[in-house]
Amino acid sequence: MQTEVVTGNRDGRHGGGSGHGAGAGDHGGSGHGGSGHGDARHGDGTHASPAFYWIIGGILTVITAVEVAIFYIPALDAVLVPSLLVLSAGKFLLVVMFFMHLKFDSRVFSGVFLAGLVLAMFMTVALVVLYHVLPAYDFMG
Amino acid sequence: MAHAAAVAPDDHHYTSTGLSSWKVGFWAFIGSECLFFATLISTYLVYKGRSITGPYPEEILDIPLTTISTFVLLMSSLAMVLALDGVQRGSRKLALIWLGTVILLGATFLGFQVYEFNHFVHEGLTIGTNVFGSSFFVLTGFHGAHVAVGLIWLLTLWILAFRNKLPATDSLKVEIAGLYWHFVDVVWIVIFTLVYLIQ
Repeated sequence: MQTEVVTGNRDGRHGGGSGHGAGAGDHGGSGHGGSGHGDARHGDGTHASPAFYWIIGGILTVITAVEVAIFYIPALDAVLVPSLLVLSAGKFLLVVMFFMHLKFDSRVFSGVFLAGLVLAMFMTVALVVLYHVLPAYDFMG
Repeated sequence: MAHAAAVAPDDHHYTSTGLSSWKVGFWAFIGSECLFFATLISTYLVYKGRSITGPYPEEILDIPLTTISTFVLLMSSLAMVLALDGVQRGSRKLALIWLGTVILLGATFLGFQVYEFNHFVHEGLTIGTNVFGSSFFVLTGFHGAHVAVGLIWLLTLWILAFRNKLPATDSLKVEIAGLYWHFVDVVWIVIFTLVYLIQ
Protein backbone atom coordinates (compact mmCIF):
# COMPACT_ATOMS: atom_id res chain seq x y z
CA MET A 1 0.00 0.00 0.00
CA GLN A 2 1.41 3.31 -1.06
CA THR A 3 1.54 5.79 1.77
CA GLU A 4 4.08 8.33 0.66
CA VAL A 5 3.89 11.85 1.92
CA VAL A 6 5.17 14.55 -0.36
CA THR A 7 6.49 17.54 1.44
CA GLY A 8 7.77 20.87 0.30
CA ASN A 9 9.48 23.76 1.97
CA ARG A 10 7.78 24.91 5.13
CA ASP A 11 8.68 28.55 4.84
CA GLY A 12 6.40 29.01 1.88
CA ARG A 13 8.87 31.07 -0.13
CA HIS A 14 10.99 28.73 -2.21
CA GLY A 15 8.98 25.96 -3.58
CA GLY A 16 10.91 25.09 -6.64
CA GLY A 17 7.72 24.23 -8.43
CA SER A 18 7.23 24.59 -12.10
CA GLY A 19 3.79 26.12 -11.92
CA HIS A 20 3.44 29.87 -11.92
CA GLY A 21 6.60 30.38 -10.01
CA ALA A 22 9.12 31.22 -12.67
CA GLY A 23 9.70 34.88 -12.99
CA ALA A 24 7.73 35.71 -9.91
CA GLY A 25 10.66 36.60 -7.75
CA ASP A 26 10.81 35.10 -4.31
CA HIS A 27 7.18 34.24 -4.55
CA GLY A 28 8.25 31.52 -6.86
CA GLY A 29 7.43 27.94 -6.73
CA SER A 30 5.93 27.62 -3.38
CA GLY A 31 3.45 30.40 -3.63
CA HIS A 32 2.12 29.50 -7.01
CA GLY A 33 2.63 25.83 -7.26
CA GLY A 34 5.20 24.45 -4.93
CA SER A 35 4.75 20.84 -5.75
CA GLY A 36 4.92 21.23 -9.44
CA HIS A 37 1.21 20.99 -10.12
CA GLY A 38 0.71 24.52 -11.24
CA ASP A 39 -1.62 26.20 -8.87
CA ALA A 40 -3.05 23.03 -7.54
CA ARG A 41 -1.24 22.87 -4.22
CA HIS A 42 -1.09 26.52 -3.28
CA GLY A 43 2.15 26.12 -2.13
CA ASP A 44 2.56 25.27 0.78
CA GLY A 45 4.06 22.05 -0.35
CA THR A 46 1.70 19.56 0.88
CA HIS A 47 -0.04 16.46 0.17
CA ALA A 48 -0.18 12.81 1.01
CA SER A 49 -1.50 9.86 -0.93
CA PRO A 50 -5.15 8.74 -0.58
CA ALA A 51 -3.91 5.55 1.09
CA PHE A 52 -2.28 7.64 3.79
CA TYR A 53 -5.55 9.50 4.41
CA TRP A 54 -7.40 6.17 4.69
CA ILE A 55 -4.91 5.07 7.34
CA ILE A 56 -5.48 8.29 9.31
CA GLY A 57 -9.26 7.73 8.99
CA GLY A 58 -8.81 4.20 10.32
CA ILE A 59 -6.77 5.42 13.29
CA LEU A 60 -9.44 8.04 14.08
CA THR A 61 -12.10 5.31 14.04
CA VAL A 62 -10.08 3.06 16.34
CA ILE A 63 -9.44 5.91 18.81
CA THR A 64 -13.17 6.72 18.88
CA ALA A 65 -13.97 3.06 19.58
CA VAL A 66 -11.40 3.01 22.41
CA GLU A 67 -12.92 6.19 23.88
CA VAL A 68 -16.38 4.66 23.98
CA ALA A 69 -15.01 1.37 25.37
CA ILE A 70 -13.30 3.27 28.20
CA PHE A 71 -16.60 5.05 28.90
CA TYR A 72 -18.42 1.74 29.34
CA ILE A 73 -15.78 -0.13 31.41
CA PRO A 74 -16.39 0.60 35.13
CA ALA A 75 -12.91 -0.58 36.11
CA LEU A 76 -11.46 2.35 34.16
CA ASP A 77 -13.50 5.02 35.95
CA ALA A 78 -10.45 6.24 37.83
CA VAL A 79 -8.61 7.06 34.62
CA LEU A 80 -11.67 7.99 32.58
CA VAL A 81 -11.13 11.75 32.36
CA PRO A 82 -7.37 11.81 31.67
CA SER A 83 -7.64 8.94 29.17
CA LEU A 84 -10.46 10.59 27.26
CA LEU A 85 -8.69 13.95 27.22
CA VAL A 86 -5.49 12.38 25.85
CA LEU A 87 -7.34 10.35 23.21
CA SER A 88 -9.43 13.35 22.20
CA ALA A 89 -6.29 15.49 21.89
CA GLY A 90 -4.77 12.75 19.72
CA LYS A 91 -7.75 12.80 17.36
CA PHE A 92 -7.66 16.60 17.27
CA LEU A 93 -3.97 16.55 16.35
CA LEU A 94 -4.39 13.90 13.66
CA VAL A 95 -7.12 15.87 11.89
CA VAL A 96 -5.31 19.19 12.18
CA MET A 97 -1.89 17.88 11.17
CA PHE A 98 -2.86 15.57 8.33
CA PHE A 99 -6.37 16.37 7.07
CA MET A 100 -5.83 20.12 7.46
CA HIS A 101 -2.24 19.70 6.26
CA LEU A 102 -0.60 21.74 9.01
CA LYS A 103 2.10 19.08 9.33
CA PHE A 104 3.32 19.84 5.82
CA ASP A 105 2.12 23.40 5.27
CA SER A 106 3.93 26.62 6.00
CA ARG A 107 4.53 27.30 9.68
CA VAL A 108 2.78 30.65 9.20
CA PHE A 109 -0.56 28.79 9.11
CA SER A 110 0.32 26.86 12.26
CA GLY A 111 1.25 30.09 14.02
CA VAL A 112 -1.96 31.87 13.05
CA PHE A 113 -4.06 28.89 14.13
CA LEU A 114 -2.16 28.24 17.35
CA ALA A 115 -2.50 31.88 18.41
CA GLY A 116 -6.28 31.50 18.47
CA LEU A 117 -6.21 27.98 19.87
CA VAL A 118 -3.87 28.78 22.77
CA LEU A 119 -5.90 31.86 23.68
CA ALA A 120 -9.08 29.78 23.54
CA MET A 121 -7.62 27.05 25.76
CA PHE A 122 -6.30 29.60 28.26
CA MET A 123 -9.67 31.31 28.40
CA THR A 124 -11.53 28.03 28.92
CA VAL A 125 -9.23 26.92 31.73
CA ALA A 126 -9.38 30.36 33.38
CA LEU A 127 -13.19 30.51 33.27
CA VAL A 128 -13.63 26.97 34.56
CA VAL A 129 -11.18 27.56 37.41
CA LEU A 130 -12.75 30.92 38.33
CA TYR A 131 -16.40 29.91 38.15
CA HIS A 132 -16.42 26.16 38.71
CA VAL A 133 -13.37 25.09 40.71
CA LEU A 134 -12.63 28.00 43.07
CA PRO A 135 -16.25 28.48 44.27
CA ALA A 136 -16.06 24.92 45.62
CA TYR A 137 -13.55 26.17 48.19
CA ASP A 138 -14.75 28.52 50.93
CA PHE A 139 -11.84 30.92 51.18
CA MET A 140 -13.68 33.30 53.50
CA GLY A 141 -13.77 30.64 56.20
CA MET B 1 9.57 37.47 -17.60
CA ALA B 2 8.55 36.13 -20.96
CA HIS B 3 7.61 32.86 -19.31
CA ALA B 4 5.68 34.64 -16.58
CA ALA B 5 3.78 36.63 -19.18
CA ALA B 6 2.87 33.42 -20.97
CA VAL B 7 1.23 31.98 -17.88
CA ALA B 8 -2.43 32.80 -17.59
CA PRO B 9 -3.10 35.04 -14.61
CA ASP B 10 -5.16 33.56 -11.81
CA ASP B 11 -7.54 35.16 -9.36
CA HIS B 12 -5.61 34.12 -6.28
CA HIS B 13 -3.79 36.64 -4.17
CA TYR B 14 -0.51 36.09 -2.42
CA THR B 15 0.96 37.73 0.65
CA SER B 16 4.55 38.93 0.93
CA THR B 17 5.37 35.52 2.36
CA GLY B 18 4.40 33.94 -0.93
CA LEU B 19 1.45 32.26 0.73
CA SER B 20 -2.11 32.55 -0.49
CA SER B 21 -3.78 35.48 1.27
CA TRP B 22 -7.09 33.57 1.16
CA LYS B 23 -5.52 30.73 3.06
CA VAL B 24 -3.73 32.91 5.62
CA GLY B 25 -6.96 34.83 6.17
CA PHE B 26 -8.97 31.66 6.53
CA TRP B 27 -6.58 30.23 9.10
CA ALA B 28 -6.97 33.50 11.04
CA PHE B 29 -10.75 33.04 10.82
CA ILE B 30 -10.40 29.48 12.13
CA GLY B 31 -8.29 30.83 15.01
CA SER B 32 -11.09 33.24 15.88
CA GLU B 33 -13.61 30.41 15.63
CA CYS B 34 -11.58 28.57 18.27
CA LEU B 35 -12.31 31.46 20.62
CA PHE B 36 -15.98 31.48 19.66
CA PHE B 37 -16.46 27.80 20.46
CA ALA B 38 -14.27 28.12 23.55
CA THR B 39 -16.79 30.58 25.01
CA LEU B 40 -19.63 28.13 24.41
CA ILE B 41 -17.68 25.15 25.77
CA SER B 42 -16.58 27.20 28.79
CA THR B 43 -20.17 28.15 29.50
CA TYR B 44 -21.21 24.49 29.34
CA LEU B 45 -18.40 23.44 31.68
CA VAL B 46 -18.98 26.29 34.15
CA TYR B 47 -22.66 25.36 34.52
CA LYS B 48 -22.02 21.62 34.51
CA GLY B 49 -23.74 19.90 37.44
CA ARG B 50 -25.63 23.06 38.49
CA SER B 51 -29.04 22.15 37.17
CA ILE B 52 -31.57 21.96 39.98
CA THR B 53 -34.21 20.21 37.88
CA GLY B 54 -33.92 17.39 35.38
CA PRO B 55 -33.50 15.92 32.92
CA TYR B 56 -29.80 15.62 33.72
CA PRO B 57 -27.08 14.70 31.18
CA GLU B 58 -26.60 11.16 32.48
CA GLU B 59 -30.34 10.51 32.12
CA ILE B 60 -30.76 11.72 28.59
CA LEU B 61 -27.55 11.62 26.54
CA ASP B 62 -27.49 8.69 24.13
CA ILE B 63 -23.87 7.57 23.77
CA PRO B 64 -24.36 4.79 21.15
CA LEU B 65 -26.30 7.13 18.86
CA THR B 66 -23.78 9.94 19.26
CA THR B 67 -20.89 7.54 18.69
CA ILE B 68 -22.37 6.68 15.31
CA SER B 69 -22.88 10.33 14.40
CA THR B 70 -19.30 11.08 15.51
CA PHE B 71 -18.04 8.28 13.26
CA VAL B 72 -20.09 9.69 10.39
CA LEU B 73 -18.55 13.15 10.83
CA LEU B 74 -15.03 11.72 11.07
CA MET B 75 -15.56 9.80 7.86
CA SER B 76 -16.87 12.95 6.20
CA SER B 77 -13.52 14.56 6.98
CA LEU B 78 -11.78 11.63 5.31
CA ALA B 79 -14.04 12.04 2.27
CA MET B 80 -13.28 15.79 2.23
CA VAL B 81 -9.53 15.29 2.04
CA LEU B 82 -10.05 12.68 -0.70
CA ALA B 83 -12.24 15.18 -2.58
CA LEU B 84 -9.43 17.75 -2.41
CA ASP B 85 -6.99 15.14 -3.67
CA GLY B 86 -9.35 14.37 -6.57
CA VAL B 87 -9.67 18.04 -7.52
CA GLN B 88 -5.91 18.55 -7.29
CA ARG B 89 -5.44 15.57 -9.61
CA GLY B 90 -7.87 17.18 -12.04
CA SER B 91 -10.30 14.26 -11.76
CA ARG B 92 -13.88 15.49 -12.10
CA LYS B 93 -15.19 12.00 -11.33
CA LEU B 94 -13.31 11.74 -8.02
CA ALA B 95 -14.30 15.28 -7.10
CA LEU B 96 -17.98 14.54 -7.68
CA ILE B 97 -17.89 11.22 -5.83
CA TRP B 98 -16.05 12.45 -2.74
CA LEU B 99 -17.73 15.87 -2.50
CA GLY B 100 -21.05 14.05 -2.81
CA THR B 101 -19.96 11.66 -0.07
CA VAL B 102 -19.06 14.55 2.24
CA ILE B 103 -22.45 16.15 1.62
CA LEU B 104 -24.29 12.88 2.30
CA LEU B 105 -22.34 12.19 5.49
CA GLY B 106 -22.71 15.77 6.68
CA ALA B 107 -26.46 15.66 6.05
CA THR B 108 -26.61 12.35 7.94
CA PHE B 109 -24.84 13.95 10.90
CA LEU B 110 -27.33 16.82 10.85
CA GLY B 111 -30.15 14.28 10.69
CA PHE B 112 -28.81 12.60 13.82
CA GLN B 113 -28.68 15.98 15.54
CA VAL B 114 -32.25 16.85 14.57
CA TYR B 115 -33.38 13.43 15.86
CA GLU B 116 -31.49 13.97 19.11
CA PHE B 117 -32.92 17.46 19.67
CA ASN B 118 -36.43 16.21 18.92
CA HIS B 119 -35.98 13.28 21.31
CA PHE B 120 -34.72 15.60 24.06
CA VAL B 121 -37.69 17.95 23.67
CA HIS B 122 -40.07 14.97 23.93
CA GLU B 123 -38.23 13.89 27.09
CA GLY B 124 -38.83 17.33 28.59
CA LEU B 125 -35.45 18.96 27.97
CA THR B 126 -35.70 22.28 26.14
CA ILE B 127 -33.41 25.30 25.98
CA GLY B 128 -35.33 26.79 28.91
CA THR B 129 -35.68 23.74 31.15
CA ASN B 130 -32.42 24.05 33.10
CA VAL B 131 -28.85 25.32 32.69
CA PHE B 132 -27.81 22.00 31.16
CA GLY B 133 -30.47 22.40 28.49
CA SER B 134 -29.53 26.03 27.83
CA SER B 135 -25.79 25.46 27.51
CA PHE B 136 -26.18 22.14 25.66
CA PHE B 137 -28.59 23.40 23.01
CA VAL B 138 -26.62 26.62 22.43
CA LEU B 139 -23.29 24.76 22.08
CA THR B 140 -24.46 21.89 19.90
CA GLY B 141 -26.91 24.14 18.05
CA PHE B 142 -24.16 26.50 16.96
CA HIS B 143 -22.07 23.52 15.91
CA GLY B 144 -24.99 22.19 13.89
CA ALA B 145 -25.42 25.61 12.28
CA HIS B 146 -21.76 25.48 11.24
CA VAL B 147 -22.33 22.03 9.72
CA ALA B 148 -25.34 23.39 7.81
CA VAL B 149 -23.29 26.32 6.44
CA GLY B 150 -20.57 23.86 5.43
CA LEU B 151 -23.11 21.71 3.61
CA ILE B 152 -24.37 24.68 1.57
CA TRP B 153 -20.77 25.61 0.75
CA LEU B 154 -19.93 22.04 -0.32
CA LEU B 155 -23.10 21.81 -2.37
CA THR B 156 -22.03 24.86 -4.39
CA LEU B 157 -18.64 23.22 -4.99
CA TRP B 158 -20.33 19.99 -6.07
CA ILE B 159 -22.47 21.96 -8.55
CA LEU B 160 -19.33 23.68 -9.87
CA ALA B 161 -17.66 20.28 -10.32
CA PHE B 162 -20.80 18.89 -11.96
CA ARG B 163 -20.80 21.77 -14.44
CA ASN B 164 -17.11 21.09 -15.08
CA LYS B 165 -16.11 24.45 -13.61
CA LEU B 166 -13.82 23.21 -10.88
CA PRO B 167 -10.44 22.62 -12.50
CA ALA B 168 -7.26 21.72 -10.61
CA THR B 169 -6.18 25.36 -10.77
CA ASP B 170 -9.19 26.19 -8.59
CA SER B 171 -8.38 23.61 -5.94
CA LEU B 172 -7.86 26.39 -3.39
CA LYS B 173 -11.64 26.77 -3.28
CA VAL B 174 -11.97 23.15 -2.21
CA GLU B 175 -8.98 23.38 0.13
CA ILE B 176 -10.48 26.31 2.04
CA ALA B 177 -13.91 24.66 2.22
CA GLY B 178 -12.05 21.59 3.48
CA LEU B 179 -10.32 23.60 6.22
CA TYR B 180 -13.73 24.79 7.38
CA TRP B 181 -15.17 21.29 7.30
CA HIS B 182 -12.24 19.75 9.18
CA PHE B 183 -12.49 22.51 11.78
CA VAL B 184 -16.16 21.67 12.32
CA ASP B 185 -15.01 18.07 12.77
CA VAL B 186 -12.34 18.90 15.39
CA VAL B 187 -14.85 21.02 17.32
CA TRP B 188 -17.13 17.97 17.44
CA ILE B 189 -14.23 15.82 18.65
CA VAL B 190 -13.93 18.16 21.63
CA ILE B 191 -17.71 18.35 22.21
CA PHE B 192 -18.10 14.56 22.03
CA THR B 193 -15.49 14.11 24.75
CA LEU B 194 -16.36 16.99 27.08
CA VAL B 195 -20.15 16.87 26.80
CA TYR B 196 -21.03 13.25 26.06
CA LEU B 197 -18.26 11.06 27.47
CA ILE B 198 -17.16 13.08 30.51
CA GLN B 199 -20.49 13.49 32.26
